[in-house]
Amino acid sequence: MAIEVKNIRKAFGDFAALDDVSLKVDDGELVALLGPSGSGKTTLLRIIAGLEYADSGRVLIDGSEASRMHARERNVGFVFQHYALFKHMTVFDNVAFGLRVRPQAVRPLPGEISDRVMALLKLVHLDKFYDRYPSQLSGGQRQRVALARSLAVEPKLLLLDEPFGALDAKVRKELRRWLRRLHDDIHITSIFVTHDQEEAMEVSDRVVVMNHGKIEQVGTPEQVYHSPGNGFVYDFLGNYNEFVGWKDENGDVHLAEDDLWEARQQTPSAPVLTSRTHWLSRYPELTNALRKVIPGLPLPMQTPSSRAFAKMTRSQMRALLAERGIPVRVFARPHEMFVTKMPDDAHEYIPVDVIHINPAGSLAKIEMQRKNGIILQAEVPKTIIDSLAIKKGDHLFVRPKNVRVFE
Amino acid sequence: MWRRHSPTTEPFWMQALLMTAGFGFMAVLVLLPMAVVFAEAFKAGWVSYRNALEDPSALSAIRLTLLVAVIAVPLNVVFGLAASWAIAKFDFIGKRLLIAFIDLPFSVSPVISGLIYVLLFGANSVLGGWLADHDMQIIFAVPGLVIATMFVTFPFVARELIPLMEEQGTEEEEAAIMLGANGWRTFFSVTLPNIKWGLLYGVLLCNARAMGEFGAVSVVSGHIKGLTNTIPLHVEILYNEYNFVAAFAVASILTGLALVTLLLKSLIEFRFAGEIRAQKG
Repeated sequence: MAIEVKNIRKAFGDFAALDDVSLKVDDGELVALLGPSGSGKTTLLRIIAGLEYADSGRVLIDGSEASRMHARERNVGFVFQHYALFKHMTVFDNVAFGLRVRPQAVRPLPGEISDRVMALLKLVHLDKFYDRYPSQLSGGQRQRVALARSLAVEPKLLLLDEPFGALDAKVRKELRRWLRRLHDDIHITSIFVTHDQEEAMEVSDRVVVMNHGKIEQVGTPEQVYHSPGNGFVYDFLGNYNEFVGWKDENGDVHLAEDDLWEARQQTPSAPVLTSRTHWLSRYPELTNALRKVIPGLPLPMQTPSSRAFAKMTRSQMRALLAERGIPVRVFARPHEMFVTKMPDDAHEYIPVDVIHINPAGSLAKIEMQRKNGIILQAEVPKTIIDSLAIKKGDHLFVRPKNVRVFE
Repeated sequence: MWRRHSPTTEPFWMQALLMTAGFGFMAVLVLLPMAVVFAEAFKAGWVSYRNALEDPSALSAIRLTLLVAVIAVPLNVVFGLAASWAIAKFDFIGKRLLIAFIDLPFSVSPVISGLIYVLLFGANSVLGGWLADHDMQIIFAVPGLVIATMFVTFPFVARELIPLMEEQGTEEEEAAIMLGANGWRTFFSVTLPNIKWGLLYGVLLCNARAMGEFGAVSVVSGHIKGLTNTIPLHVEILYNEYNFVAAFAVASILTGLALVTLLLKSLIEFRFAGEIRAQKG
């Protein structure tokens, strides 16, 4: 069943939970609504379910108007974060509930209900627990009962509100894979809400990134991760290091950091940096990366000349920046950081101290502190840590190999 | 109970002192008077006890008390359910006011509340005059007794249910609706089973108070023997007439009722301990 919401607005008092949201979900798709708390993702889900009415806008189910249709008529399965199982009913009765409340004319016979419930319990591997009460089950088992219960009424659409949010990490991963497999088997159109980007990436066909009641980006996990549409999406989908810089009239991006200048002042022993003549720098890789995103980007740009910059105050730098182009935030993922003990002449480096190394996994995570106190993160192969003999307290030089810019 | 002394518990002598104080107060304030009630009631033997209860005015007092309770308790259950449902599951203007009003009978002296009804419905009031013209009597009649009793007892059910329903939220009801259940089905299959123990406690407490209420009822009753006397009022009259055996005999019925209420409550807690715990978990 295809779902479409058009120009949905919803406010709670002064708070705009949803601000002109439109979204289309195709038949059989598994879509994740991803965003921080307060982004409106759960409200959107509840409006699709009919548990909440939008202030304005429309909900279309299979192309026909459903905005004012009652929740119980929408034929939608809903799975709650805290399971919402009927505590006083057994697992069997919970799953059977949706069939038993049907009007007599369309209610299956008791034998049929029993068969269908047991089949569903088998599907969620809980057929042996049919006579247990919810309080006798673990969190993961309860959520599987909740899922079986919502599927019992053969919904055309399955909505899941942070379905794994209350579970511990290991069970969460297990259920995630299981949900994916289930969806591959029964192909029911499904929308689930999560604030866990890894979960969204792993399970869904498409990810809808939401923030402040608006949709920031819609795309496959691949698209939103590798081509984030804006700073928020980039920020939300992973760790990053942030720098400041500017974009000139050619669209070239330059980093503008004062560490290098400070380094020259304070650590004259730093071999390469003392020999550098300017603190503003640019990265060939950066321009190359940008060229992929923005076609027809002219190359290269002029290197700003040296000495004048060395004596500048911060406000003068800012003024100069503004004069040169648009100030931008420049981002690099931890795995896009290059670290070395021997900086070369061809690039600008930021001097840092290693404050923590987490060697778990194939990529080691290094936390480093800049001279100005800002923390940088890098993920490098363990082999590099070993060959460079990097340990806590070491002085290192880092530079981003690849950056992204959002205005 | 001997326990090994742990750093976070009080020393034994302190525990003993606290327990003695607790049980001591209980004995002096509750057990002793209760024993006296039964002792005095049976002082002149079983026959005079039975005679006191079989006296027509005593029987009519018992009947009236039961009648008042049978009307007031169900009405308060309906009110308590409606009010706690509204308070726990919706947000609306005046919610705080409603909560404050539900507590009012606890803070107002029952005599005052009785008096207010006399002023409101009495012969000298506007409303009372209109009622008298239409041949309806409220004060010094059964309706007055019911209204006064309802006022005094209406917090019991609501107070029991509000925290319970607030804690449970609306998710289970929403789940039922998503599965296609209509409003009544949701209420009877999901909401009611979830609150049944709390509701039962509330009803028991409400009933005990409804039968035992003295102050408010005393003001609106008019003490017409055989007509508007409830059990507590009848006890007072007998006592004032120096008919101690009869007074205590009738009082023993109220005391017995209190004991039965307590027993029922404990029985429910014991018998359904597992189920009650499961609902909280």
